[in-house]
Amino acid sequence: MSLAMQTKINLSEMSADRAQPQRSAVTPPIRLTRSERMRLGTIGLIGFIGIWSLLSLTGLVPRQFLPAPHEVLIRFIELLGTPFAGATLVEHLASSFMRFAYGFLLAAMIGIPLGLLMGWYRWLDDVITPIFDMLRFIAPIAWVPFAALWFGTGIGGPIMIIFAGAFPPCLINAYRGARFVNRNVIEAAQMLGTSNLRIVTEVLLPASIPSIVAGLRVSAGLAWQSLIGAELIVASAGVGFMMVQAQAGVATATVMTCMLAIGLVGLLIDVALRQIETAIRRRHGQS
Amino acid sequence: MASIEFSSVGKVFNRAGIDFVTLDGVDLSVAEKEFVAIVGPSGCGKTTCLRMAAGFEFPTLGTVKVNYRDVTAPGPDRAVVFQQFALFPWKTVAQNIELGLRNKGVPKVERQERVKNAIALMSLQGYESAYPHQLSGGMQQRVAIARAYVLEPEVLLMDEPFGALDAQTRVSMQEELVRLARVNPRTVLFITHAVEEAVYLADRVAIMTKRPGRIKEIIDIKSVRLAEKWDEHERIEDVMDLESFVHLRTHIWRSLREEKGSQVH
Ligand SMILES: Nc1ncnc2c1ncn2[C@@H]1O[C@H](COP(=O)(O)OP(=O)(O)OP(=O)(O)O)[C@@H](O)[C@H]1O
Ligand SMILES: [Mg+2]
Repeated sequence: MSLAMQTKINLSEMSADRAQPQRSAVTPPIRLTRSERMRLGTIGLIGFIGIWSLLSLTGLVPRQFLPAPHEVLIRFIELLGTPFAGATLVEHLASSFMRFAYGFLLAAMIGIPLGLLMGWYRWLDDVITPIFDMLRFIAPIAWVPFAALWFGTGIGGPIMIIFAGAFPPCLINAYRGARFVNRNVIEAAQMLGTSNLRIVTEVLLPASIPSIVAGLRVSAGLAWQSLIGAELIVASAGVGFMMVQAQAGVATATVMTCMLAIGLVGLLIDVALRQIETAIRRRHGQS
Repeated sequence: MASIEFSSVGKVFNRAGIDFVTLDGVDLSVAEKEFVAIVGPSGCGKTTCLRMAAGFEFPTLGTVKVNYRDVTAPGPDRAVVFQQFALFPWKTVAQNIELGLRNKGVPKVERQERVKNAIALMSLQGYESAYPHQLSGGMQQRVAIARAYVLEPEVLLMDEPFGALDAQTRVSMQEELVRLARVNPRTVLFITHAVEEAVYLADRVAIMTKRPGRIKEIIDIKSVRLAEKWDEHERIEDVMDLESFVHLRTHIWRSLREEKGSQVH
């Protein structure tokens, strides 16, 4: 009885909500313009920095545990020119980025073709999928001991760890893209006498581009994350390495500078790939 | 050269564990260089027949032969114009039309020449480098037709190829197809809903029953066309006015109406 009544009340409340959609708390009433959204983003950022400053400057959190934003900024600018742990921040970033680029490109170069081929050749799918499904649950960082053992701590080891992070999204998204290609166009290609391998390159690849690029974005993010993780343990240069050195000396502002740099570079990578993604989508007439 | 032969073809589709008998004993043969049109109620299995000749689908019972050989796979000897165009969205009009020739290894100069001719034939000049999504539905359909024509295939399989065209373009395409068929006859299996179109284009018209589809009746058009000298009339509307044309059309129309009528219980 009471339950039924409650349901009724809830239902009437819901319908009341629906009758006045402009009052709905769930869906925003109108779509925000670009400038409005940017303003909101700025407010969020200022709020974040404000709370941070408050915590740090009032001494609520000890200064050596949480340096103030301006200190981090000053340290950031300082480190652009002065070496720390053998190199400037820019140099460390460059060496990190190189590793990232190698690992990421290697993952893309193997993952995308393999994913597409798996999407076309059923037997390959059946051979690879079980192994892949198991391996991809091993976090990239878990490869550190073997990466160091097999490829050393210079460039090889970290690249292998990045590869472990970047590879799955490349493969999965190429595979999904290939599997969900409209049957119509595949049949059209077959009817035109396109060989199996050419179907992969002429049909599956272009039809999967949006999915592949989306996968590359995810992949780049994971690659960049796993790289820093890898550098914390292996490597003798790079932002991760720099962080470990700073941490050893309790140089918290330096540690935060590194974090800031990691975030910024990650953001730049993502923005760049997002630009590419939109450009490609537009070319495909799909948005 | 090339002929198409359906012998006692049955086709069962399984949807969600339930068997649907789509075709039940289809017998139909298209002789070399003959133009056969299939008409029938929607869902009776016309497209399924064409897809079996193309090699995309295989009979559950009976055989489908092209050139006296069982169809085992699709190939460029049997060019298909799909009901839903099936153009490559990432290729331009010219690239869409060119792919089949590239696969065949036709040298570049000849390829460009043939693509150009096909584009002119379908009045697509000026749209060579447009992408399919930039074209109207009718234009996309003409690209799909050009893509099949350019191969000069022995067998043409066309699934309502003029369905998305406006009335004027449709008529000019029909006239063009008739002209081509007379100059350079090919083996054609042509599906349509438009009875006039079937009578105007085909040598024979096969009428299908409602699902499960069977060939109900085959009407010989060619003998009438030759006897009544339809080809002396250049325009489609003149042919359509002829008593012999009207007679055939009405006959097919009635036959189809019986099928549609019996669909409603
Ligand atoms: N792949 C498939 N799986 C299951 N059922 C199918 C499949 N293809 C076709 N069918 C069924 O077979 C029947 C015939 O389909 P078909 O496309 O051949 O009809 P059609 O005569 O071409 O119709 P229309 O004139 O509307 O194009 C339909 O009932 C359809 O649902
Ligand atoms: Mg159909």
